[in-house]
Amino acid sequence: MAQVALRKVVKAYEGGVQAVKGIDLDIADHEFVVLVGPSGCGKSTTLRMIAGLEEISDGEISIGGRVVNDVPPRDRDIAMVFQNYALYPHMTVFDNMAFGLMLRKFDKAEIKRRVDNAARILEIGPLLDRKPKALSGGQRQRVAMGRAIVRDPKVFLFDEPLSNLDAKLRVQMRTEIKKVHQTVRTTTIYVTHDQVEAMTLADRVVVMNGGIIEQVGPPQELYHNPKTRFVAGFIGSPAMNFIPGRLENGAGALRVHLPGDIVLPVPAERTERYKALAGREVLFGIRPEHLTEAKNLDRPHVAAMTATPEVTEPMGMETLVHFKMNGAEICGRVDPGAPAQPGHPLPMAVDMSNMHLLDPQTGRVL
Amino acid sequence: MGTTTLPAPPAAAEARHGSLKRERRWAMIGAYIALAVFVVFFMTPPFHMLMTSLKSSAEIADLSGNPWIVGSPTLMNYWELLTEGNYLIHFRNSVIVTVCTVLISMVISTMAAFALARMKFWGSATLATGVFLTYLVPETLLFIPMFQIVGQLGLYNNLWAMVLIFPTLTVPFCTWIMIGYFASIPKELDEAALIDGAGHLQMLWKIFIPVALPGILAAMIFAFTVSWAAFIYPIAFLVSSDQMVLTVGIVSDLIRADTFQWGKIMAGALMAALPPLLVYAFLMDYYIAGLTAGATKG
Ligand SMILES: Nc1ncnc2c1ncn2[C@@H]1O[C@H](COP(=O)(O)OP(=O)(O)OP(=O)(O)O)[C@@H](O)[C@H]1O
Ligand SMILES: [Mg+2]
Repeated sequence: MAQVALRKVVKAYEGGVQAVKGIDLDIADHEFVVLVGPSGCGKSTTLRMIAGLEEISDGEISIGGRVVNDVPPRDRDIAMVFQNYALYPHMTVFDNMAFGLMLRKFDKAEIKRRVDNAARILEIGPLLDRKPKALSGGQRQRVAMGRAIVRDPKVFLFDEPLSNLDAKLRVQMRTEIKKVHQTVRTTTIYVTHDQVEAMTLADRVVVMNGGIIEQVGPPQELYHNPKTRFVAGFIGSPAMNFIPGRLENGAGALRVHLPGDIVLPVPAERTERYKALAGREVLFGIRPEHLTEAKNLDRPHVAAMTATPEVTEPMGMETLVHFKMNGAEICGRVDPGAPAQPGHPLPMAVDMSNMHLLDPQTGRVL
Repeated sequence: MGTTTLPAPPAAAEARHGSLKRERRWAMIGAYIALAVFVVFFMTPPFHMLMTSLKSSAEIADLSGNPWIVGSPTLMNYWELLTEGNYLIHFRNSVIVTVCTVLISMVISTMAAFALARMKFWGSATLATGVFLTYLVPETLLFIPMFQIVGQLGLYNNLWAMVLIFPTLTVPFCTWIMIGYFASIPKELDEAALIDGAGHLQMLWKIFIPVALPGILAAMIFAFTVSWAAFIYPIAFLVSSDQMVLTVGIVSDLIRADTFQWGKIMAGALMAALPPLLVYAFLMDYYIAGLTAGATKG
C-alpha cells in the first residue's frame, strides 16, 4: 500500500488537445479518493496516466515514493477496474482472477488461497467455474473487483465501475465497494461523473473541470465551503441557486439586495468576512435545501421572502418548487405539507447561515 | 374492425395465434423446397462422380448404359489408385504443402494482424490497407515474377516452391480477416492484460487468439482451401509426377493423350475431396459455436 503523488501532470494528446493541464494531487496511504467532474474533464485521462496506460506529457507521478513516469503498467503494482469490466471472455471466473497471479508465477496453492479469499469477500464463491457471459452485470462487476483484490496491489484504480449497472444495483454495489475498501484498506482512486457516488464513497473528493482541479476536500467541506461557482453548482442535487444581486451596507448591517426588491440580512458572524465588499455586485448562492417553506423565522439567521412557484414537483418526502427571479431559475425544497401551488405566492424562509457570495466575474466564492 | 375484435378478445387472439402457426408451417415448407432444389443442384455432380468411380472401364465405355446407375459396382478404380501409380505420393505432397501453408499463413497473419490492429505505429493504418490491396492483385499477374523468383531459388519443379508461393496468396486475406476480429476485441481487454502483467506475446497467445478463435478458424479454412485446391501454380511449376500435388497429379497421370481413365479420375477426385470435407465438418461446428458465443461477449 502506498501514497500517490501527482506533480504538475500534463497530458496533451496528439492534435494538441490538452486533456489534463498540470494538476497537483497528493493521496495518502489507505485513502479513498474520488475524481469527479463533467464528461470530458480529464478524469479518465488522469487515472490512465496513473495506471501507465497513457504516457505523461509533462510532470511527475509517483506511487509509494517511486517515480513511475517510465514504468510500464505491470510494474506499477496497481490494479484497475474498468467501466465495461474487461473480463477475459474465454476464461472462467477463477481464471480471470488468477490470470495476473499466474503471469507473476505465484504457486498454485497461493493463487487458490487468494482467489478463494477474494471470492469470500465478494460472495462470488459459487460462480468460480462460470464464464463471464453466464454472469449478471453485478456479478461481473464483483469479478472485476475480485481480479483487483487478489493481486493485493499498492493502489486500486476504478474508472466509472458502476455506470453500466441499473440504478438499484448501483447503490448496492456502491456500498459493496465501500465495504471492500474498509476490509482491504488499499489506497483507492475512483473516477465517476456522479457526484452522489463521489460524496458517499470518498474520504476526499477531487472536483475536476476542463483539465484542472477545481477543489480537493472531504465531501462535507466541498458541500459547505465550495471555493468556486463550478464546485458549488456541481456538488449537491438539485444544484445550488445563483441569483445576481448587490451587497449593501444598511443600518449598520450587511444586506443582500436581490431583484424584486428582496432584501436579505447577512448573518452577523459573516459581517467581518464580507465587510470590504459592500456595494459590489455579487452572485448570491443558496442551496435548495436552505430555501424552504416559511419556518423558524424567529431564528436570527433565517430571513423571510415570498415567491410564486411556476412548477411544483412532489418527491414524496419533500416537494421541489421552481420559480424565476429576474430570469434566474430558482429551486427550493419545501415540506410536502406546505401550501405550494403553481401561480400562488408562497411565503418562504432563507437559511442565511448557509448562504454564499460569489464574484460574478471570476466565479470565485468570496 | 373494432367491433369484431374488441368484444371477443380471446377468440381473436386464438385466431391470430392459429394463423401465425400456419404461416410458420408454410415458411418451413418453402424453406425445405428451396433447400431440396439446392441439394439436388449441388449434389448431382458428386453423385455422378461416385457412380462413375464405381464402374469398370468397360461399363463406362458402354454407351447403351445409364450414366446414373451402376450395373456391376466395383472398387477396382480405388484399389488401383491406392496400389499402383503415384496417387499416394500426390496425396502426401498435397498434405505436406497444405499443412505447411496453413501453418505459415496462420503464424504470419496472426502476428501481422495483431501488430496492425493493436500496436499503433507510424504507417500502420496505411499498411493495413496495403495488405488488403495486395489481395486484390490477380493471381495470374504475379505469375511471371513468381516464376523468375522460383527459378532463381532453384525451386522449379520442386514441391517446396508451393510452400513458398501459397502463403503469398493466403496471408493478405487471412491477415485482413483477423485484423477485423482483433479490432472487435475491446481495448480494455488488452489494458487489463497489460496491468495483469502480460507482455505483447502473452497477450496475443493468452487473450487474442482464444478470444478471436472463430476468426482464426475462418482464416484457417480459407488458407486450407486455397492451398488444397490450387491448380494454376502447381500445373505451371511442377512437371515431374513425384513432385506433383493432387490437383495436377490426377489430371496429368490419369489422362494420357486422349485416353481419359474416367473411373480412376473420379475415384481420385472423390478421395481428394475427403480431407476438406473432414476439416469443414470438424471446424465448422467449432466455428459456429464460437460465432454465437462471441455475439454476447462478456
Ligand atoms: N486518445 C485521445 N486522443 C485525443 N483526445 C482524447 C483522447 N482521449 C481523450 N481525449 C480528450 O481528452 C479529454 C478528456 O478525456 P477523458 O476521457 O479523460 O474525459 P473524462 O473526464 O473521463 O470524461 P467521461 O466522463 O466522459 O469519461 C476529452 O476532451 C477527450 O476528448
Ligand atoms: Mg472517462
